[in-house]
Amino acid sequence: MAKLVLHPENIDDPQVLIDLCPFKAMEMTADGLNINAGCKMCKLCVRKGPKGAVEFVEDQVQPQIDKSVWNGICVYVDQVDGAIHPVTFELLGKAKDMAHVIDQPVQALLIGSNVSDLAHELLHYGANEVYVYDDERLDRFKIDAYTNVFEDFIQKHKPSSILVGATTIGRQLAPRVAARMKTGLTADCTILEMEDNSDLNQIRPAFGGNIMAHIKTPNHRPQMATVRYKIMNAPERKDEEEGIIIDCASTNSMVDSQIEVLDILKKEAEESIESADVLVVAGRGVKNESDLEMLQKLADLLHGKLACTRPLVENGFMSAKQQIGLSGRTVRPKLIITCGVSGAIQFTAGMDHSDQIVAIDMDPDAPIFKNANYGLVGDLYEIVPSLIEKIEAKKGVQNA
Amino acid sequence: MNILVCIKQVPESNKVEVDPVTGVIKRDGAASKMNPYDLYALETAFRIQEKMGGVVDVISMGPPQAQEVIREAFAMGADHGILVSDRSFGGADVLATSYTLSQGIKSSGNYDLILCGKQTIDGDTAQVGAEIAEWLQIPSVNNVLEIKEVHDDSITISMDLPQEVEVAKISLPCLLSVDQDIFMPRLPSYVKKKATKDREIKVLSLKDMEDTDASHYGLNGSPTQVQRIFPPTSSKEKEMWDGSSAVLADQLFHKIEELKFV
Repeated sequence: MAKLVLHPENIDDPQVLIDLCPFKAMEMTADGLNINAGCKMCKLCVRKGPKGAVEFVEDQVQPQIDKSVWNGICVYVDQVDGAIHPVTFELLGKAKDMAHVIDQPVQALLIGSNVSDLAHELLHYGANEVYVYDDERLDRFKIDAYTNVFEDFIQKHKPSSILVGATTIGRQLAPRVAARMKTGLTADCTILEMEDNSDLNQIRPAFGGNIMAHIKTPNHRPQMATVRYKIMNAPERKDEEEGIIIDCASTNSMVDSQIEVLDILKKEAEESIESADVLVVAGRGVKNESDLEMLQKLADLLHGKLACTRPLVENGFMSAKQQIGLSGRTVRPKLIITCGVSGAIQFTAGMDHSDQIVAIDMDPDAPIFKNANYGLVGDLYEIVPSLIEKIEAKKGVQNA
Repeated sequence: MNILVCIKQVPESNKVEVDPVTGVIKRDGAASKMNPYDLYALETAFRIQEKMGGVVDVISMGPPQAQEVIREAFAMGADHGILVSDRSFGGADVLATSYTLSQGIKSSGNYDLILCGKQTIDGDTAQVGAEIAEWLQIPSVNNVLEIKEVHDDSITISMDLPQEVEVAKISLPCLLSVDQDIFMPRLPSYVKKKATKDREIKVLSLKDMEDTDASHYGLNGSPTQVQRIFPPTSSKEKEMWDGSSAVLADQLFHKIEELKFV
């Protein structure tokens, strides 16, 4: 049992500890300084507090698991209606890199109905073993049935790590599987690295991206992580198939579900900002809703899409689907032009993998310029119209 | 129909910095608020209650001051509040947090429907809801866009999937995580706030749980461990351009041309 113990004899000024704790878990009570339920066991007080003031006591050593039993890096194949989500290929590429370190196979777990074509496709992207649960009752994603099948796969094949795309499906399936296996799951990892002992180093933004956290799952298997689309690099599709396909049986009890799918609706032709090669981003520097027309025009001229920061969703100028950032979408366009965006880390975390970043802002000290490849200190209301004119002029020449 | 809504107290701002030298986290201000995504879950609960009757209760996990957000839920119309709070719950990751909440829910009564917001703004994982449902052995759906029909033994919803919207009927009891904008959340009422200011909040600690083994909670019950925290880096080549708007526009035009976007 790990716990923190206060040693009052080593504490001259309790206020030092109260101020040090970022979670306000140190409080003065009638009995003196106390740690309350706000404690997140970050142990900052142990490491940075007055010497000997707080002690981390671990009086029982947990039995260590046998990691050698767990072998393989598994990627969950995110598919709906026979279409594989591209995050799957990105994860296969990452899994392959990591598999080299520990000499373990890359496994792909494919669940669905009539998916044999898909299984072959995965063999072009570096999967050594594709495990297929093909059953007409698994036609639609049903979280309870898919969790049962996932569990069956884990129990039988014991992968040491499992990577799941952070799509609307992966983000709900992964936690259910993790809770079923009573293991750890780290959301939205941006960096994954394999250690020689098969421990997975998982790095993710926390506190809205203001800090990065390095997380490990040292004594549980499988280790699970989700990764958003466009964080990892997709490998090239190889012409040859490599690896094997393994058919797995699903039982009646596995596919039984409390969920009945009644209807499938097409999404309205959505202006997906994630798929655009060019994005023009409106930030707080855009004063009026009508000013968006100008930016939309620039986006159109560059065959791109208009996106925005959170304040523009909050004031109703634009929709949440157009928002970039941790609470919005992660994008990775070839070119992104931010207009009047100051560049809070919550925003930049959603776009800093873009190939070319151009930032236009009045404030020379705006943090966005730290991320920008080309920083323009100036008034977007002058620069953008002038730029539009030049592009139109060039196109006019071409069309003439 | 009895509904339970999971809510969390989060910092007013998630502005934190890590001192790169000492590794100490510096957090801004002391203000805190209800996680904004939870307001949508609460509103969804009230709308269902208006049709189906029953109670809307709220549960939260955190230090004693998290009672503030339960009081806020009272002011919006919630009936009862439960706070799960114990020092031994500290340092919980997703698995331990969801286990603790599921234990708190089991100790609090039988609910037909459990509602969660999409995610919190401090943890950002959006995983706790689905894990609670797994511990409780009930079906769950994330990204619920719309409540279409509610019956005594089922609920019909539409959910957001990567390529499409799916309409599905889920058996009750179940857990739903609702998306932003499902309903416009109501404002707290001053009248309700005054009327509920002395209402008791049930506080559950480790000893009130069905499972009182402390090793299943908090840091001890957490498979994941934070090795270290560090400030994000931005390491990119950069050029800063200065000059009149006309010069800047010209420069940018040529750059865009050079990069073959026009």
